[in-house]
Amino acid sequence: MSIITIERKVLEKNDRIAEKNRRLFSEHGVFVLNFVSSPGAGKTSILEKTFQQLGNAMKIAVIEGDVQTDLDSRRVASYGVPVVQIITMGACHLEAKFVRDAMKDLNIDEIDTLFIENVGNLVCPSNYDLGEAAKVVVVSTTEGDDKPLKYPGMFRNSSVLIINKIDLVPYVHCDLKLLEKNALQINPALKIFEISCFTGEGIPEWCSWLSKREIPKV
Amino acid sequence: MHELSIAQSILEIVKQSVTEKQQPDVKWVRIRVGQLSGVLPDSLDFCFSAIVSETSMSHAALAIEQVPTVSRCRKCGHRFQVEDMAFFCPMCQGTDLELISGKELEILEIELDDKENKKDNGL
Repeated sequence: MSIITIERKVLEKNDRIAEKNRRLFSEHGVFVLNFVSSPGAGKTSILEKTFQQLGNAMKIAVIEGDVQTDLDSRRVASYGVPVVQIITMGACHLEAKFVRDAMKDLNIDEIDTLFIENVGNLVCPSNYDLGEAAKVVVVSTTEGDDKPLKYPGMFRNSSVLIINKIDLVPYVHCDLKLLEKNALQINPALKIFEISCFTGEGIPEWCSWLSKREIPKV
Repeated sequence: MHELSIAQSILEIVKQSVTEKQQPDVKWVRIRVGQLSGVLPDSLDFCFSAIVSETSMSHAALAIEQVPTVSRCRKCGHRFQVEDMAFFCPMCQGTDLELISGKELEILEIELDDKENKKDNGL
């Protein structure tokens, strides 16, 4: 038997590309958020509400990640927002190299805020740094208040939690206070917003935070 | 199932670390997986065996060391293992914690079953 010592990070290649992305974004003053959630939590709807509120005040662009179809990027494009669609063809997460390649199709000098909408999945995207300033995890009230406990990795690695569909609270089994307690137990530094894309509640608070770019330290 | 792409990253690093001649001798790939890494050891093991099976490294397997989540309280200095994802200090209830371990996803070493050594041992 002989031993070869390696001591390398398994995802070092992704991390290296992510660091390069981060440098590029910082050189151009672009604020980048990586949106993660389970499918159907409302990531695209939140982006739409954000364009409506901030469309003229910010120069926003979007990278859309989906397993199949360009339906989301068409929704985004209808607001006149520059968008690049990544179709992962089955893969459950975005990797830093996808973002690097997608940036070739965007004019970075005409952007100050970039939203990356990850593939709907609360497990896999948590491992892959894309070069973002922060991860924003979205959970909807219809998913239940125990989501943070079931998927702790994602809540631990995110800086912001958006609770969407609060207009449905009277109709679903979701205790908002308990959901927030569960999330804060895993990550006490989480900045939390309660919103409804249907009624518009909470959107101004979210947009005001977005304009300030104040990321809580985990 | 991101374990498959993680298994591919491991295989890529192993290939960079041994010569082509050594590849059939790779027996164990020792890795360290933290509790917070979001990686399921069983799935990773399964994916790795699946992707090496058709290669010259078909005898290679993962030896996975699981690392618990350990934190240190910045307020009172208490060091403790985080149970049930409860990120607060059991001594002072403080929530300002430094994460000491749990996020690991590293390759430590590769163990080769060298043929020359086998001869020396009379095998």
